[in-house]
Amino acid sequence: MRLLVLGNEAIAQGAIDAGISGVYAYPGTPSTEITQYIQKSKTANKRAIHTEWSANEKTATEAALGMSYAGKRVLVCMKHVGLNVASDAFMNMAISGINGGLVLIIADDPSMHSSQNEQDSRFYGKFALVPILEPCNQQEAYDITRFAFELSEKYDLPVILRMVTRLSHSRSIIETQEPRKEKKLSVPKYANNFKLIPAYAKDQYKKLVIKQEALLKDSENSPYNQFIDAKDYAIGIITTGIAYNYVMENFDDQPCPYPILKLSQYPVPKQKIKKLYQSCNSILVLEEGYPIIEERLKDYFDIDTKVKGRLSGDVPRTGELNPNIVAKALGLTNDTTYKIPNIVTGRPPELCVGCAHRDLFDSINTLIPEIGEKHIFGDIGCYALGSLPPFNTINTLIDMGASIPMAKGASDAGLFPTIAVIGDSTFTHSGMTGLLDAVNENSPITVIISDNSAVAMTGSQDSAALGRLLAICKGIGVPEKHLIVINPLHKNHDINVDTIRKELFYKGISVIIAQRACVQIPKAQKDKIKETILMRSQN
Amino acid sequence: MKINIILAGVGGQGILSIAAILDTAALQKNLYVKQSEVHGMSQRGGAVESHVRISDKPIFSDLIPSGKADLIIALEPMELLRYLPFLKKEGWLVSDSNPFDNIAHYPDLKGVLSEIETHKNHIILDALNTAKKIGNSKAANMVLLGASIGILPFTEAVVLAAIKKLFSKKGERIIKLNTAAFLKGVEYSKK
Repeated sequence: MRLLVLGNEAIAQGAIDAGISGVYAYPGTPSTEITQYIQKSKTANKRAIHTEWSANEKTATEAALGMSYAGKRVLVCMKHVGLNVASDAFMNMAISGINGGLVLIIADDPSMHSSQNEQDSRFYGKFALVPILEPCNQQEAYDITRFAFELSEKYDLPVILRMVTRLSHSRSIIETQEPRKEKKLSVPKYANNFKLIPAYAKDQYKKLVIKQEALLKDSENSPYNQFIDAKDYAIGIITTGIAYNYVMENFDDQPCPYPILKLSQYPVPKQKIKKLYQSCNSILVLEEGYPIIEERLKDYFDIDTKVKGRLSGDVPRTGELNPNIVAKALGLTNDTTYKIPNIVTGRPPELCVGCAHRDLFDSINTLIPEIGEKHIFGDIGCYALGSLPPFNTINTLIDMGASIPMAKGASDAGLFPTIAVIGDSTFTHSGMTGLLDAVNENSPITVIISDNSAVAMTGSQDSAALGRLLAICKGIGVPEKHLIVINPLHKNHDINVDTIRKELFYKGISVIIAQRACVQIPKAQKDKIKETILMRSQN
Repeated sequence: MKINIILAGVGGQGILSIAAILDTAALQKNLYVKQSEVHGMSQRGGAVESHVRISDKPIFSDLIPSGKADLIIALEPMELLRYLPFLKKEGWLVSDSNPFDNIAHYPDLKGVLSEIETHKNHIILDALNTAKKIGNSKAANMVLLGASIGILPFTEAVVLAAIKKLFSKKGERIIKLNTAAFLKGVEYSKK
């Protein structure tokens, strides 16, 4: 079948056709469309593939391991920083091994289009000693997803499939293959490998180390690690993932005059690289992300300068690659281009017209003269835009859930009052445990949960917090007197300012839930949300 | 045959619909296509772009190299200027004349338009009001697509079929609206 799909959708189709029985994920750009595609897929629905969003990346990864334990194939998807959250589960499932095939799609965001860093997930693969696959185009994304499940089952290991924004969000035509059947329910034959008490864990870790030799051999012979020979050995080029496309783009339908080692499977094939290294005058390493391979090849003391790349300065140290950067590194000249006229000004993203966060920030800003500058801790979501003009309300944005413990820590240091602003889904993702710390010490902080009934930033996915925030806060131990719901509307501005002020200056923990649905949620979904809230409030 | 097109606008203006129609048309003509788009935070009222590449040979890069775009279609004139470094020498510029003013200091509109006019191959038209007259200002994107017909590697009929296919789930009324908007653009380009 021929399909016109995003890189992310090619992966989703590949996973469906590889015979998965479930996908577990938390939304995050640039990974979100993988799960969404499976949720909408007729085949997936017919097969009753499990597709619900998880509370966070760690629960997603653990649930996936559970499905794998029960013998079935399973996909886990997240953005790069999500793997930080899931890393405890991820590192240890490399030790335990798996039963049904388990593939983690980690979508990196070089150039930080929609992220707070550009960490390279290949480090995690090396850290955990598991194979990594890195496709270069949409067709390879489909093929390599299927291959990833084979590899996972061959070695009883989780496999990382690394994506990057440009491939995730670029559309092209792919050809699909005959689907594989799902696996039957079957608990592991010997379950000792899943009991990571030291006695078994030591044994498992040794097994993992021993497997490395076979993984390396596989990489050396992999069809995804291709040597493309050429005449001119002045430069030997090593590309990983989509970097290959940018090299080829520069030769305009002609073959590249330099030999290329096109890599898409790790561990890195040592012999293949060695051969290229020895036969060429210089080596240009083109990696989308951190200089991981370059660092290995490079002479630490810079005596030998044979290896070029991000560390040598031939390629910029930060940010994503593009055809022009690669042209420069190859010594080719770029065309002179038109400049952006001076008249052009920036157009940063902004909160939507009518967004509830706007009214919340207006209310908080009214109080800043009373509470002092820089007392407000923020979190990850659309409301992070409150850190920019015209609001300038929020002073920090670090990671999912950081707002509450940071407000508490600053309060412990003597800053008063402090406010944490966090979204509903971010709160259930990673905010609840921080709130428990604050409740246990009755810290004088005010937590404002800006509840818009959706994971809005990534496109209004279902929020795990829906209809549960009051019960969760009560359960954690927030006193009812200081657990307040407000409606952030312009007409309620004065009363909301009074409510927030009262709680701010109260010397104990308080939680204000600012509740109004995201304006982007489609009508049909709004009705479903109302139904869910009603159902959950009755339970 | 190879054509590189940059679509520019502000999040929510409908550049992805133009992209989807071009993709569909390419698929129908058995051509290769690569089309990149912006998701996530930038979509919220910020500057957004899509790179569309169509060719009869395999395409490598998902991104158009600078200086290689044959055409920039912009739903907003200042957004067009932002992507000028991608434009090929004597490449084409097609833009709506109406600014999307959601920023604190939108530059002088006359200045913006005259920057576009310094390029020989340009089409500036009031797509927004043309679409409004037909029934919905949201169809301005189709007016601009129509105005670009002379530069596209497709006939009117192929694009019309793609419009029909893309909007088929949204019903006859939406297909009619977008078709009419596209044809108005085509008409303009022939003047």
